[in-house]
Amino acid sequence: MTVPVQLKQLRREFGSTVALDGLDLDIAPGEMVALLGPSGCGKTTALRIIAGFETADGGELLMDGQDVTSVPANRRDIGMVFQSYSLFPNMTAAENVAYGLRVRGKASAERKERAQELLDLVGLPGREGHYPHQLSGGQQQRVALARALAIRPKVLLLDEPLSALDAKVRLTLREEIRRIQLELGITTVFVTHDQEEALSMADRVAVMKDGRLEQCAAPSELYDRPATPFVAEFVGTMNRLPGTVRDGGVVELFGRRLPIHGETPATGSEVDVLLRPEGLAVGAADDKSGTAATVRVATFLGATTRLHLSTESGAVFKADLPSWEATGLAPGARCTVTPHDNPVLVAERS
Amino acid sequence: MARMKSSMKLTSRGIVLPLAALYFLVPIGASIWFSINEVDGVSFDAYTDGLGTEGLTTSLMLSVRLGLATIICGLLLMVPTLVAVALYLPKLRRVVEILCMMPLVVPPIALVAGVTTVLSWEQDLADTPLYMTFQALRDENFPLVLVLVYTVMSLPFLYRSLDAGLRAVDLRTLVEAARSLGASRLQTLWQVVVPNLRAAVMGGAVLSLAMVLGEYTVASVLSYRPFSVWMVEIKDSEAQLSVAAAMLSLLITWGLLLLLTTLAGGRSRKSSRRENGKKTVS
Ligand SMILES: Nc1ncnc2c1ncn2[C@@H]1O[C@H](COP(=O)(O)OP(=O)(O)OP(=O)(O)O)[C@@H](O)[C@H]1O
Ligand SMILES: [Mg+2]
Repeated sequence: MTVPVQLKQLRREFGSTVALDGLDLDIAPGEMVALLGPSGCGKTTALRIIAGFETADGGELLMDGQDVTSVPANRRDIGMVFQSYSLFPNMTAAENVAYGLRVRGKASAERKERAQELLDLVGLPGREGHYPHQLSGGQQQRVALARALAIRPKVLLLDEPLSALDAKVRLTLREEIRRIQLELGITTVFVTHDQEEALSMADRVAVMKDGRLEQCAAPSELYDRPATPFVAEFVGTMNRLPGTVRDGGVVELFGRRLPIHGETPATGSEVDVLLRPEGLAVGAADDKSGTAATVRVATFLGATTRLHLSTESGAVFKADLPSWEATGLAPGARCTVTPHDNPVLVAERS
Repeated sequence: MARMKSSMKLTSRGIVLPLAALYFLVPIGASIWFSINEVDGVSFDAYTDGLGTEGLTTSLMLSVRLGLATIICGLLLMVPTLVAVALYLPKLRRVVEILCMMPLVVPPIALVAGVTTVLSWEQDLADTPLYMTFQALRDENFPLVLVLVYTVMSLPFLYRSLDAGLRAVDLRTLVEAARSLGASRLQTLWQVVVPNLRAAVMGGAVLSLAMVLGEYTVASVLSYRPFSVWMVEIKDSEAQLSVAAAMLSLLITWGLLLLLTTLAGGRSRKSSRRENGKKTVS
């Protein structure tokens, strides 16, 4: 089976800034990959290179196994939805959707039918005759999605399509996009810097940092087994707790020895152990096996309660526990903490 | 506070508007009066008989044709240039702006002195194919040389309005959207960029047209006879007719401006009316 999109060691520099520094990524047919990373890490640049609006200084871009570097943007058969509103203001919703068919010389009846079909698909029946300025932001992005899909593209590219919308619209549209993507089975690359968006929508999430790929994995794997400290801290909440590396690939934390997963520093080095709030068990104050801690803040989050804790040695961290176990753990209360016995990532002491 | 402001606005409107109106209307009224005033009463002969006077129609038509040709040349030159600069060469924006503004600081008389010099090379080129080009440039019936000069002179107007129009749209995103949908560069320019610059294009065209219809120096020095030159020529022999023609040209210019602005505004007005009709619910 051919790979729809393959990035090989892509490089792109703008003057002295390196936007992409050897980016590798394979995207499988029909899957939705989210490009996730902090601002300026090169997500948009990568997408624009795939779309053909930008050329790479080095590396290769293959689509279905073919090098497409010299194929102009209008020959790539790529549907794109932009961050800013990009509908043609001089055309109605239906004309916008049909534009790709118009430049392909399709007959007017066929264009009309297809525009109708797609506006129905994105949940906008009856808006054919509206101009963009008569549509809300969310509706405009729906039309933009319909327009991108109308040409039956090989690949769909979405560059933060939801970032200009308010929270509620963003949530519904997020689900809609995923539903449509699954329904059509279209290979999709989705850029976002919102991890929740990435984790909830994508089949795989590619975390980028400084123009490179840190890890590309399914959301649950990314969360449970981050490959690098950067990924660990970028995705979800992460505690940094002081530990010491011991012989045999373990790190000592709160009097316990935990296996290290990933890179292991030299024995004896002082490191930060990366532990999620749910990776700590909170026990009663008289529990001899745990480390004593004091509750600073307790935040009720529904099913769970998040405690902000501190130890006598000065470590400050968060722990989650089921709310029914947290009764009585008000600020000032004493308790003990014990790390669960799972492999952990360690990072240089910050 | 708001009351005071609005009453101040009212008074200023009450004073400034009539003053401005007087400033415009008195000379026009006086001119009209001059053109119809005879020793033995009022006569519209200057308007009725005058229209048949030799040269009026031809010179007027020449001016209009020159104006339209200038607009076409100017737009063909400026729209692609400014779009390309905005998209691919943003660093050149200042340079292009300064170049386009030059004609404002070069007096037409200096411009035409240069043109005359170039045209005088014709003698030296008598044996070459370029000679034919020069002949075509100076064709009495349609002096292309005037179109070229006027195109240059219209650059500031076109630049100003097109630049404002380009800034008002998210050009890059629109172009990239069109490109990704499969449009060629020409299709993108013609189907996406130009329609969204409509008001700006019309605005620039209107200003250029007004400029060409009133231009005298260049045409007269190069001894062509568009409307403005014709009007000055007959001033001594037929003063009344000359003023009547000026009034007519005023009307024609206004008519053309009105026509162009209606054409330009047509679409946006239509759609905004529709917007008022059925408000969208999100
Ligand atoms: N056209 C350009 N000219 C100069 N520098 C650029 C250009 N485009 C991007 N850059 C730089 O390249 C780097 C990567 O930019 P890019 O837009 O790809 O980041 P991003 O991951 O999309 O960020 P964001 O989340 O803020 O959109 C940034 O440092 C940016 O300043
Ligand atoms: Mg971006």
